[in-house]
Amino acid sequence: MKFIHYLENISGVSIYPLTSLLIFFVFFILLLWFVMKTDKDYLKEIEQLPLDNNK
Amino acid sequence: MNKETFHYDNRTVKWFAYATMLWSLVGMLVGLLAAFQLVFPALNFDLAQTTFGRIRPVHTNAIIFAFVGNGIFMGVYYSLQRLCKARMFSDMLSKIHFWGWQLIIVLAAVSLLAGYTTGKEYAELEWPIDILITLIWVVFGWNMFGTILKRRERHLYVAIWFYIATFVTVAVLHLVNSVELPYSWFKSYSWYAGMQDALVQWWYGHNAVAFFLTTPYLGLMYYFMPKAAERPVYSYRLSIIHFWALIFLYIWAGPHHLLYTSLPDWAQSLGVVFSVMLIAPSWGGMINGLLTLRGVWDKVREDVVLKFMVVAVTAYGMATFEGPMLSFKNINAIAHFTDWIVAHVHVGALGWNGFLTFGILYWLIPRIFKTDLYSKSMANTHFWLGTLGILLYAVPMYWAGWTQSLMWKEFTDDGTLKYQFLETVVQLRPFYLLRSIGGTLYFIGAILMVYNLIKTIRSGQAVNDEAAEAAPLSDEYVPHHKEHWHRWVERKPVQLLVLSLVVILIGGAVEFIPSFLIKSNVPTISSVKPYTPLELQGRDIYIREGCYTCHSQMVRPFRSETARYGEYSKAGEFVYDHPFQWGSKRTGPDLAREGTQKLRKPNAWHFNHMYEPTSISPGSIMPRYPWLFENDLDIDITEAKIKAMQTLGVPYEKGYEKIANQDLMKQAEEIVADLKKENIKAMPQKEIIALIAYLQRLGTDISAEPINTQK
Repeated sequence: MKFIHYLENISGVSIYPLTSLLIFFVFFILLLWFVMKTDKDYLKEIEQLPLDNNK
Repeated sequence: MNKETFHYDNRTVKWFAYATMLWSLVGMLVGLLAAFQLVFPALNFDLAQTTFGRIRPVHTNAIIFAFVGNGIFMGVYYSLQRLCKARMFSDMLSKIHFWGWQLIIVLAAVSLLAGYTTGKEYAELEWPIDILITLIWVVFGWNMFGTILKRRERHLYVAIWFYIATFVTVAVLHLVNSVELPYSWFKSYSWYAGMQDALVQWWYGHNAVAFFLTTPYLGLMYYFMPKAAERPVYSYRLSIIHFWALIFLYIWAGPHHLLYTSLPDWAQSLGVVFSVMLIAPSWGGMINGLLTLRGVWDKVREDVVLKFMVVAVTAYGMATFEGPMLSFKNINAIAHFTDWIVAHVHVGALGWNGFLTFGILYWLIPRIFKTDLYSKSMANTHFWLGTLGILLYAVPMYWAGWTQSLMWKEFTDDGTLKYQFLETVVQLRPFYLLRSIGGTLYFIGAILMVYNLIKTIRSGQAVNDEAAEAAPLSDEYVPHHKEHWHRWVERKPVQLLVLSLVVILIGGAVEFIPSFLIKSNVPTISSVKPYTPLELQGRDIYIREGCYTCHSQMVRPFRSETARYGEYSKAGEFVYDHPFQWGSKRTGPDLAREGTQKLRKPNAWHFNHMYEPTSISPGSIMPRYPWLFENDLDIDITEAKIKAMQTLGVPYEKGYEKIANQDLMKQAEEIVADLKKENIKAMPQKEIIALIAYLQRLGTDISAEPINTQK
């Protein structure tokens, strides 16, 4: 009755979790890399955006 | 560079603020009625329109889409213009958006009270309203993107990312979950059946929490908290990670609403893993919000706006810690179907959404009306009433949830269940009363706020068009630092939209595709047959009266449940259920096996019980359903219903729709004849007969006898 047996019958079903894991991993590594390397002055400028309406 | 002068549109913001205030009171009042109905069933007033099963969806829809919805639009329209340094794209679109949304709310309330419901939680609205929602949502997106595209600020602040993700994801969720086949002007059947319907519904349901109650409010937090604290967000770096991690992970977590159900194991596990990972971005966001106040905590003592915001963000932190915990299978086994979940969602709704909205309203209204808040001490009273209200709501509900679960699962030394279901209901009444008192306190606080704000509005003059000036964007973008790939995304709203869409679609696709691939392989059980016409009609009455708000139809594979209800539920039993009716809460007992030998009651029992539940079950808090004994069943619609079911793949024989009513009447006569033996005079054309037929059918397709493996 378990669904897992039916899933086993779909050819290449293991590609779904593997692909998602890979996308997830690559995406976050890139994101972390970007965030680490971001320029401080630039961030300072952006984070002031809500506060400087009248400029 | 030449500066341009322009005006911010405060009028639309003001309207949305008024709507937020109005619907907050309406939504909470309806919630209070529902809460008190569980203590004093007389408050159901024996009327169809005021019965719990219809009131509860009105409450949830009013809070989510009317109160929080208008709160979102109020905050987005205010902050988006200022972050983009531009007026909203089109005043006409703003107007259509505002009035269209209010129209949806009114139609929703009226149609839900009238019994038009799809029977899928938080997506109860019927197909004409679904179409209207889609149109108005497009208007909102159009207006938002128009504004972003004509902005005078190059960079998109993180709040805008959250707004974009909200727009995109809600659109996808709404479209996918609302695929339904109309069979009349106001009614439809879900396109999906059983297990697949459940998967799509809770993918939707969970992400409605994520992308309607969370991401837009996080956007508001990232704008209004720095505003109120007058200092930038603690870490902009963290906010970038927060955004991407949150939208990536949230979309996967839906199946944690279906643990131990007939959903495939792998999908359940996937839901658990991603739910647990969600703690990281959620707490990242909470910490980012709270640490924005670093160095200005003394202000929190003085400023009621910050008080509300601090409690809101703290409640967000608590709810997002609790959520992943609840998604562990062993904790879920205890919590699911109990009042624990009710406590959990109200920490989120009352604490996070409610308090953040109140904070923003207290900040915004005096600014739009260029005046001071009418009474600070009244606002402080509101804060304390609200906080106390949340505590008095949540603590009894946690207690009730644990009590309920422990009583359901307790066995005597002889190995039999210790408590009847009804005993657990009686036990919980004091908790329900305390919860109602907590809700009342919270409501009184909200009334104070509305009074306070009306006084504030009267003392000032609205600045409907607020003058501002900013330099236009130059055509050429000259990066002042090294250009980076992510910065390319940050400057480009369309790229951001597409990337957000891709990110959320991955999660949806991985969950859905395998389930739909195996559609032909759903283990069909040969003894599972389509409903008879009378049962189908009865089922639609079951849905119309919102029975699913208190009764589940899902026996989980636990000894305590199989001992109480019988054989645990199999996916193959639900293949003809459009929509599924597994439910999410057991205020009353599970009904999945109601018609089986183990649980079967005489027709007369159901007849009397639906008329006066306490005459059969003293202490029951179930409402009376006297109108089912007066209303004639609409048999003219039977043909359309059977036809719709045939289109959806339910194997009624060709041409059966023409003769279905003959079978319907025959079955109804049989039930009436049986009732007569008990000296009950009933007429076969009444709705109650169809409902009895449906209840007697439940769970009978497969053998009630557990398979004996010990030979």
